[in-house]
Amino acid sequence: MMEKVYSRPSGIFEGAVTGFCPGCLHSSVSKIVCEALDELNMVDNACYIQGVGCGGLVVTYFDIDTVSAPHGRACAVASSFKRCSPETLVFTYQGDGDLAAIGLAETMSAANRGENFTVIFVNNGIYGMTGGQLAPTTLLGTKTTTTPYGRDIREHGAPLHMCEILNQLEAPAYIARVTCADVPNVRKAKEAVKKAFRCQIEGKGFSFVEFVSNCPTNWGMSPAESLDYIHNTVLKEFPLGEFRAK
Amino acid sequence: MADRVFMKGSEAIAEAAVRAGCRFFAGYPITPQNEVPEYFARRMPQVGGVFLQGESEVASANMTYGAAAAGVRAMTSSSSCGISLKSEAISWMAGARLPVVIANFQRGGPGIGTIQPSQQDYFQATKASGNGGFEMLVLSPSTLQEAVDMTAEAFELADRYSNPVLLLLDGFTGTMMEPVSLPEPLSEERIAAIRASKTWAATGKRGGAQHKVMCGPGLDTRLSQQAMNREAAAMYAKWREEECDCEEFMLEDAEVVVTAYGISGRIAKSAVKLLRAEGIRAGLIRPRRVHPFPAKVYDSLDFSRIRGIVCAEMSIPAQFATDVEAVVHGRTAFAYALSSGGDILDRSEIMEAARGLMRD
Amino acid sequence: MAKGRVEIYTEACKSCRYCIITCPKKVLGTTEAVNSKGYQYAVPLHPEDCIGCAMCAQICPDAAITVYREAK
Repeated sequence: MMEKVYSRPSGIFEGAVTGFCPGCLHSSVSKIVCEALDELNMVDNACYIQGVGCGGLVVTYFDIDTVSAPHGRACAVASSFKRCSPETLVFTYQGDGDLAAIGLAETMSAANRGENFTVIFVNNGIYGMTGGQLAPTTLLGTKTTTTPYGRDIREHGAPLHMCEILNQLEAPAYIARVTCADVPNVRKAKEAVKKAFRCQIEGKGFSFVEFVSNCPTNWGMSPAESLDYIHNTVLKEFPLGEFRAK
Repeated sequence: MADRVFMKGSEAIAEAAVRAGCRFFAGYPITPQNEVPEYFARRMPQVGGVFLQGESEVASANMTYGAAAAGVRAMTSSSSCGISLKSEAISWMAGARLPVVIANFQRGGPGIGTIQPSQQDYFQATKASGNGGFEMLVLSPSTLQEAVDMTAEAFELADRYSNPVLLLLDGFTGTMMEPVSLPEPLSEERIAAIRASKTWAATGKRGGAQHKVMCGPGLDTRLSQQAMNREAAAMYAKWREEECDCEEFMLEDAEVVVTAYGISGRIAKSAVKLLRAEGIRAGLIRPRRVHPFPAKVYDSLDFSRIRGIVCAEMSIPAQFATDVEAVVHGRTAFAYALSSGGDILDRSEIMEAARGLMRD
Repeated sequence: MAKGRVEIYTEACKSCRYCIITCPKKVLGTTEAVNSKGYQYAVPLHPEDCIGCAMCAQICPDAAITVYREAK
């Protein structure tokens, strides 16, 4: 007799299919966030603050309470929301433009205040929804629609390393960088998300999980090529690991 | 019995908000309204509320959006250019139909302008506080007592219409002191009941249906956004019928009408009394709410009897006056008493303008 | 007899092929069959080799794979 060993987690609308492109790891991130919530029995007690960008597409996927925040402001919205509703598990779901460009001040300030919510940060090194522009985490040399000759440090600066930056602050309680680019890392990523959520549940303060992700469409690669690119190139710039775990 | 106290405007407004059940405030330092966040910083911990100083006006406005999304009575305040920074969040509050009270203590402008009072944000306040064509009820007190009463009223209106409400003030009202009677504080039970009534708050499904706080309830925002805009348009039209609020003072036999709002309305009222003492039959139209604009009051003036209208306003070029002119539509003469950039409106200028209309 | 079995929610599959390149037993592949969006969805071409390790399901971005395994 066969027993079911793996299936869709709850917290996803019945039969829903994400709006992300084929092979986009946003789908994987949203899936394992639901798995983490499911395993902590928190789906019914959660609220996520969605940023603006491809990440916003989870609105038709997450059957979880939703607050939509203006571009870049999710960490400000989450700060007050959590303080006004401390018994709710609050997390933001943001991309690199939302969190590290327009929202950099909100991210740094919320982290520095040690606000007791969790950030799910999907770093795919590009503005996906708007068609492939330069992002704060775009690798040097990368051609994007706004760096047609390749990202040049003298012109566009170097990629921002959010985990390392936030690790300079006193208050944050949990900081980790993970990826869903292969099975072992998917497992580690889910554990990191659960650890971040437990950190919040125990009231330890700001928790931050950065996912090194892909954008097959705007990287101009097949899904499989994009995973190789992550392993061979992106992870050299954005090393994985747990930077802090109070 | 309400407490009668001698208080500074900013602090009286903040205390009125706390008594009206406001349990979240976020703000950022900007003269002339610094005492508002300072007061809340002291007071919120005493009532189990939340005070947050944002890293910018943008952040504090979005924090206020977040608190409202959790179902809490929430407020933010700033001054002119700070309100400009908050405009996107304000538009989102209206787009998501979130009840929030916003206070603008106008200062000289444009740009950094000055820290003295002005009324140069009238268009911003009544025509477009952000993108997308949303509207807000805009309350403008001329005394501290009115400011206190309107603050409590603003929270009721915000909840009744589930929409942001703007208190349009100025540096005068924020910094001057006056005796005021503070309303009785809402009971904790009442405050809890108000929060519980906001069943749309997104604090977790807890076995029930999903809650979503966003502009346009679904991803297919074309359809749902349009549906929400139709609903909002109907509400705005209803305001024109039911939510106008205007003081009409000694209009019955007036031969010259002075019109002004907010602190200028107070200066204009004393000018009218002095004109009456000189034997000039002056009257006053003072909108307590500048949006919806009280068009009927101007429309129903007896244009055969009055010589003209004096618009008194701390804005050059005039802004409020253009709404008066649009309704009056050339049916009488106009004169103006204007100041700007932080210079205080001069009562004698109003009187001189009125005398001028009597001479012509 | 296979130690495991997979079920593919074909409408959710976007033919990214992650499951195909990840499956240690090379069970999965695609055929000419497409779903309503035109994606050649993954199918178990060699179900008899499936060991129910669920690596395919874990790497699948779209939670399209349900996995069963022989109860011990």
